[in-house]
Amino acid sequence: MGKGKTLFWLIPLLLVIVAIPGVSGSVTAREGVFLILMYVTLAVSLNIILGYTGYVSFGHIVFYGIGGYVAFYLMIFHGVHLIPAMIAGGIGAALAAFALGEAVLRLRGAFFAIATIGVNEAVKALVNNLNFIGGAEGLFFNFSIYKTYGGAARAIWFSYYTMATVTVVTIVAAYLIKKSKFGLGLMAIREDEDAAIILGVNAKRYKSLAYAASAFFPGMVGAVFFFKAGNIEPHDAFHLMKSIEMIFMVMLGGYGNVTGAVTGALVYERLKGFLLVNPLFKNLHMAISGVILLLIVLFMPQGIIGFIRDKSKKLRELLE
Amino acid sequence: MLSAWLGAVLSGILLGLLYGLAAIGLNLIWGVMNVINLSHGAFIALGMFSSYFMAKYLHLSPFIGVFLVLAMGVILGMVTYFVSLHKIISAPELSTLLATYSVSLVIIGLGTFIFTTNPRAIDIALGSVSVGGTVLPTTRILTGIFSVIFTLWLYYFLYKTWSGKAIRAVSMNRDAAELMGVNTTMALALAFGIGVALAMTAGALAATIFPFTILSGGGYELKSFVICVLGGLGSPLGALLGGLILGLIENLVTLKIATSYVPFLEFAILVFILIVKPTGLLARR
Amino acid sequence: MILQVEDVTKTFGGLVALSDVTFQVEEGEILGIIGPNGAGKTTLFNAISGVFKIDKGKVTFKGKEITRLPPNQRARLGIARTHQIVKPLNDLTVVENVMVGACFGQGNASLAEARDKAMEVLEFVGLQEKWEVLAGKLNVPEKKRLEMARALASDPHLILLDEVLAGLNPMEVSSMLEVIKAIREKGITILMIEHLMHAIMNVSDRVMALVYGRKVSEGPPQEVANNPQVVEAYLGDPDLALKLFKDKRRRG
Repeated sequence: MGKGKTLFWLIPLLLVIVAIPGVSGSVTAREGVFLILMYVTLAVSLNIILGYTGYVSFGHIVFYGIGGYVAFYLMIFHGVHLIPAMIAGGIGAALAAFALGEAVLRLRGAFFAIATIGVNEAVKALVNNLNFIGGAEGLFFNFSIYKTYGGAARAIWFSYYTMATVTVVTIVAAYLIKKSKFGLGLMAIREDEDAAIILGVNAKRYKSLAYAASAFFPGMVGAVFFFKAGNIEPHDAFHLMKSIEMIFMVMLGGYGNVTGAVTGALVYERLKGFLLVNPLFKNLHMAISGVILLLIVLFMPQGIIGFIRDKSKKLRELLE
Repeated sequence: MLSAWLGAVLSGILLGLLYGLAAIGLNLIWGVMNVINLSHGAFIALGMFSSYFMAKYLHLSPFIGVFLVLAMGVILGMVTYFVSLHKIISAPELSTLLATYSVSLVIIGLGTFIFTTNPRAIDIALGSVSVGGTVLPTTRILTGIFSVIFTLWLYYFLYKTWSGKAIRAVSMNRDAAELMGVNTTMALALAFGIGVALAMTAGALAATIFPFTILSGGGYELKSFVICVLGGLGSPLGALLGGLILGLIENLVTLKIATSYVPFLEFAILVFILIVKPTGLLARR
Repeated sequence: MILQVEDVTKTFGGLVALSDVTFQVEEGEILGIIGPNGAGKTTLFNAISGVFKIDKGKVTFKGKEITRLPPNQRARLGIARTHQIVKPLNDLTVVENVMVGACFGQGNASLAEARDKAMEVLEFVGLQEKWEVLAGKLNVPEKKRLEMARALASDPHLILLDEVLAGLNPMEVSSMLEVIKAIREKGITILMIEHLMHAIMNVSDRVMALVYGRKVSEGPPQEVANNPQVVEAYLGDPDLALKLFKDKRRRG
């Protein structure tokens, strides 16, 4: 396992990317990087349960939605500042995952995947009916909320840097988890859960904790995203397609390692941007994404980074 | 009051039979191949469009065209199997889930591009029948009857024909079946083909009742998950029964509570059954 | 006495896999378990390591009742095992596999300690050169050694060895036997299932025979091997079986 050198280049690189819109003041660049940061955070956190532990959480977006709703509710009705509201959102999502995990993590393989889809759809349908959080119409910010942050324009910059912080924290946390005894236990579960238990791994507890960790960060992302958007509604917060985008990113970059998830998110954002803007592909972006996904699954299941990592030992240490 | 109940029960049964048929394809593929076909909904939508175009350009009644849809579906499904699944059929679930999902992306992506997402409906007027004061459109009754016919056909196929028996053998033990001389690859491809064909058939029938877009299969796909865990895997009759339960729940529960709660109820049932008895509520295993 | 098994019964459907099995294991001894296929030997290991709940009976380890403890807690108390059908963690390296044992077993090592421990144990079982290889890439004899290494790295008090000699060539068998003897030198109690009669007779202090889930004989190796019930279970004809056993012993 060793210390590893991945963070020493990954974090500085990320900080440079984050600084670009700040220095140039370009709003377009900021929107692009914001999206990248969001994707990176979602992919890296999903990787904890999917890549490290081997559980296919197909409806993972539910935690993003829960975090978003918790934070939005606190901000609107209790005037809570974004930062504490965001942390509350993360904790809410993590608690939900922990409680849920105790039940659904007993399922293995495809049954777990279907159960997580079911959970996401059930929560979406429930929120649709809860009038105190806006029901199907959702909730809207009154623009006066942004006053605390020095106006709407500044509030958006604030949310941008908040997202960047969340991203850095997520990457560091995911990396440390992978390099810890806890991470070793998770990977043992992924490889052979029964063998891991016989070797002494408390699989039940570890899985729940991994699920909670992988829900905590998407919860915070949801909080920041919907703060920036100014409104939240169930269809947006619990959109199954976004779940699958997360899985796509992890697969694209490479299952089980932090650099893979980051790379997958970067490539996906660029790819999606390209397909959506290019007049030739604009209307076909979905079909093309499908073809690419299929090609990855069939011919490069270890993802871009996994593929490169296999080439040399030096690269393995740099790309964890 | 009584007639309200009777009406709800009757339309619940008819809708339930259609739901059952929609779920059977998913159930078959899940049970035989241990693959959860996430392109199920996309194929249902494709069935809707097939029926629509046959009615529009070939002037073929959907209730005749449905047999053509079935045949097309078998071929399309088998091709899909060889293109997207054959290489990874023994890989972990994530691979097959993503492969079938990518098929769904391709179908829906192309469908959106070609057909847009404007709703369409098949222009069919067959009148209605009055049963005990409840007026039921004939298309609904025919849809229910056809659902039963296709289910019985699948039952016959699986239990009485050589190919069907081969598929069942493969679902029980792939290696043993191979040793007994079953061509497992063809059996798996055929199972997928029939699963897809039944999904398209259900779509073709549903299109006679409700307006639709290329995205309309999604709802049926999610309901099919619920039906599969209700009825248990690998049994056509179980799926039909699961469909009936769901259809009745939808129609009866809405007499008492708001319709908007129904999806919540359905998914809560799904998660609950999975946790309590993942092989399905009515399964023997 | 380190392990006490009392009246353990386990059925699968209608099939009785273990029926009122009672025995004890003394600290530091090697107890061999023999019996024909389907006698319930691996089921007994599963009952001791906690893979499933037993229907009836009691298992006591180091004076503590463990009948209802989950497997991971039993591992923590110091029961380690290998599997007849090896279960390597394929996508982890050999050293990481062994570290899992060191980290989560009785030793409860930190990651750094586990690494040192793992390298030490890999040398002990003769797998040190493969430490960086992915476990899935090992051949079968190497995977068996890996199973041993993982179990040993946990610093167990009791180790359950399930057919670690099966499928090995004579050279590999004798080197594996050396490893087993060396484990005993460390003061670790060994309970082993084996089909290779001469090997188990040589290395065990005592032998227990299971037939159709029942204990039919227990005692010094010679005595158990000569027990007509045991012999009959192995081969239909007692006379012939006896002759074979004697031949084998003379040669080995």
